[in-house]
Amino acid sequence: MHFVARACAGKFATYITANKITIPNDTELTVDTLLLSRIQFGANISFHILFPTITIALGWVLLFFKLRFSATGDSKWMDAYMFWVKVFALSFAMGVVSGITMSFQFGTNWPGFMETVGNVAGPLLAYEVLTAFFLEAVFLGIMLFGASKVKPWVHTLATFLVAFGTTMSTFWIIILNSWMHTPQGYELRDGVVFATDWFDIIFNPSMPYRFVHMLLASALTVAFLIAGISALRMLWGDKSESVRSALRVGIIAGAGLIPLQILAGDLHGLNTLEHQPAKVAAMEGNWETRSNVPLVLFTIPDQETRSNKFELSIPNGASLILTHKSDGVVPGLNDFVTADGEVQHPRVAPVFFSFRIMIGTGMAMLGLSWGGLVLLRKYGAGAMPKLSLYAFCAMSFSGWIATLAGWYTTEIGRQPWLVQGVLATKDAVSDVPAGMVLSTLIGYLIIYGILIAAYIFVITYLARKATRGEPYSTRDYPRSGEAEVYALQAGE
Amino acid sequence: MDYFGDPAVWLPWTFASLMGLSILIYVVLDGFDLGVGLLMPLADDQEKDKLVSSIGPFWDANETWLVLAIGLLLVAFPPAHGVILTALYLPVFVMLLGLILRGVSFELRAKAPIAQKRIWNGAFFTGSLMASLSQGFMLGMYIMGLTWTLPHVAFAALTALFLTVGYSFIGAAWLIWKTSDKLQKRAITWAKGGIWGLFLGIGAVSFATPFVSERIFDRWFNYPEILYLSPLPIISGALVVFLWWSLSRLPLKNDRFSWTPFAAAVGLFTLAYCGMAYSFYPYVVPEQMTIYEAASAPESLFIILLGTLFVLPAILGYTALSYYIFRGKATELRYD
Ligand code: HDD
Ligand code: HEM
Ligand code: HEM
Repeated sequence: MHFVARACAGKFATYITANKITIPNDTELTVDTLLLSRIQFGANISFHILFPTITIALGWVLLFFKLRFSATGDSKWMDAYMFWVKVFALSFAMGVVSGITMSFQFGTNWPGFMETVGNVAGPLLAYEVLTAFFLEAVFLGIMLFGASKVKPWVHTLATFLVAFGTTMSTFWIIILNSWMHTPQGYELRDGVVFATDWFDIIFNPSMPYRFVHMLLASALTVAFLIAGISALRMLWGDKSESVRSALRVGIIAGAGLIPLQILAGDLHGLNTLEHQPAKVAAMEGNWETRSNVPLVLFTIPDQETRSNKFELSIPNGASLILTHKSDGVVPGLNDFVTADGEVQHPRVAPVFFSFRIMIGTGMAMLGLSWGGLVLLRKYGAGAMPKLSLYAFCAMSFSGWIATLAGWYTTEIGRQPWLVQGVLATKDAVSDVPAGMVLSTLIGYLIIYGILIAAYIFVITYLARKATRGEPYSTRDYPRSGEAEVYALQAGE
Repeated sequence: MDYFGDPAVWLPWTFASLMGLSILIYVVLDGFDLGVGLLMPLADDQEKDKLVSSIGPFWDANETWLVLAIGLLLVAFPPAHGVILTALYLPVFVMLLGLILRGVSFELRAKAPIAQKRIWNGAFFTGSLMASLSQGFMLGMYIMGLTWTLPHVAFAALTALFLTVGYSFIGAAWLIWKTSDKLQKRAITWAKGGIWGLFLGIGAVSFATPFVSERIFDRWFNYPEILYLSPLPIISGALVVFLWWSLSRLPLKNDRFSWTPFAAAVGLFTLAYCGMAYSFYPYVVPEQMTIYEAASAPESLFIILLGTLFVLPAILGYTALSYYIFRGKATELRYD
């Protein structure tokens, strides 16, 4: 493998001389390329995760709407389905194209990743493509455009398979990501990872926590999106049955799931304490390993002086949360600096702040959804106070914020490792010239900026159009059993 | 070589074949839908909707073959994956931007306000063009051994152009099959224009390839290899003649044989591809790294193969089902 790496480096030397690119010196090249590659990867994965976060849970919600319609025959469910399936289709397309970018990133920017851990990562990614991506992609066509071409139960089945496929994607990719945090079931031979026990790899210690936490994150994101957009439509004057039902579904799902998410997050944190203490130390902003550690609510962690400025904290809080004893010992960051001064913990400030953003958003979700539940019982979905509707609108995309913040905590908290204890991030980067990475990074950022804006604009535009337009309920929808006529229509 | 006894021999071979197969399927399937995108500017507003509906239910699954191909390269030949993708860093980027633009335009052109539809139609075409050109460029660079010298880049620019024409051709052939009346007639005209590009393209690449590499020259022009190879150019020639003949006759009454140009185009793509595969075997990075040198650990490959054997037939099955459900002429895309 080392031979190969050199061959690859040699190729770049040829490329660079052929193109008369001058490089000041070697170290500068790697540092810049490393930093830029990390930013680029971070930007790409952040953009990608936004859309799966929506599609994973929205697929199941659509199935729910569809089944409600089949069971009750009430067309409000079909109206809700018809609106949200558009959002789903749009999100799915965004997820697919940004996902394709992801699968090329490994090769273009992190060749060392696959060369070192390819024997583990490879099969996991392959199973994701084989068992999930094809399933989603093929049945998506039938789910979106096949309603008039197949029997209702086939269409429901296609909807189910799409939802199932997105969940399978999550399963496989989370296994890989969790293995990067808590690797096991492998052995190192000549610096290359070989799989020894697939059961251990798949059920690595952080996988169950991360998987559950991610699924709940997706469900919450969708719950608040549905509640927010429905609230928006109500504010615009659409009081139709279907909007009311959607609002109710959003609020109830949000209120029911957020406590579960807080519990899952807490357990996830305890798991991290066991396997990645440096990350927890950064999350808590705790420098010295000691007992009776306070829960720091706000501070500015300063890595230069290795201390906190303007600390606002609850005495013994962190010890209580992490060890369930007020005098429990919590690891500190100073344990992760070697005798000759090499820092082996992640940068503290980004981990510390992103963790608080996630928790803060979670708390806001808790407050709003439970408040919403009370109002829902008191006034009903049709007569919610205006202020609460505004609040739900404002929180429409809160799931995205919490999810991104959570991922930044996790991923930056793993640094300087790419695979904890196995592969350092700096050893995996490709030696593409920094200028090239910079130009592609700028290209991605521009297009992502435009697309995010277009995405949010189109969703609100769809909401406006649905508000103005005739409700779908004036149309006839085929129900199971009645639809043979439709089955052989059009397209023939 | 002992092909079946030693997993370090037959596993890389099997994976190279699987990867080759999924690249071929990708080139044919996404080739036609990128091609349809390339034809967008030639169509009027109403026809544009038809063009998009003819590929709407399929494009996502078609693109997944690219993900599978790149995934197999990644999992089966990790070092080669790194070398190829870092050498092709910029064209890969252009392709990805193109695929992004095209993929989102599918949805946005239908969902954004009417006033913005033109922008997304433009993005749809631009994305298809970027993806086609860069794929052709990468093909050329790959043939030239992935080194960036002026003659190589010039050659790659040529293959970029030819692959784009090739995609437009197979796109037009798809439209002949999936549309009717006026649009079908126009697609026939488009295809007639494209066939020359296709012919010249395959010719130029076939002509240049043996001169790039002595090894390939020897593989082609040696007795008896030349005998086994000769069917490739002969059948290709026959297909081109057939296409030329059938395009001047279509459309027939009751839409008979409207599928033949597409089938012939698939045949041509497949033959050209087989020629390439033959020339490069056993190299995965031309002249540098063979599939045996680059392969992952047999244990890991075996795990993947096991899954593939079960899942691939299912994938092919439900893909076929989807083409069956959306058979016949393309109709307006609706969610209900
Ligand atoms: C809607 C999204 C959402 C919400 C409301 C929360 N989280 Fe979260 N969190 C995530 C979405 C998320 C995530 C994006 O899904 C992460 C990133 C990686 C992962 O596994 O989950 C995550 C990571 C993550 C981690 C880091 C795991 C690691 O070390 O790798 C911890 C400790 C928590 N969460 C804890 C919590 C707690 C105590 C919450 C209570 C309010 C909470 N999260 C709310
Ligand atoms: C989906 C949500 C994810 C987000 C938002 C995310 C975010 C990030 C960020 C911000 C970095 C840069 C860290 C730094 O610069 O310090 C990073 C690094 C990385 N993550 Fe993730 N990540 C996610 C999931 C994943 C998954 C699922 C994988 C693997 C399958 C993964 C693999 C990597 C790799 C290879 C790097 C590059 C090396 C590095 O800079 O750490 N990430 N990620
Ligand atoms: C480095 C990491 C990642 C890579 C290489 C990657 C790759 C991809 C690719 C290629 C697709 C498109 C599939 C298609 O053609 O249908 C996709 C879609 C998807 N990805 Fe990722 N992905 C990554 C991270 C993640 C993460 C962290 C999650 C969720 C936790 C995720 C969940 C999904 C889902 C659910 C889809 C389905 C399509 C959609 O809803 O947009 N992926 N991904």
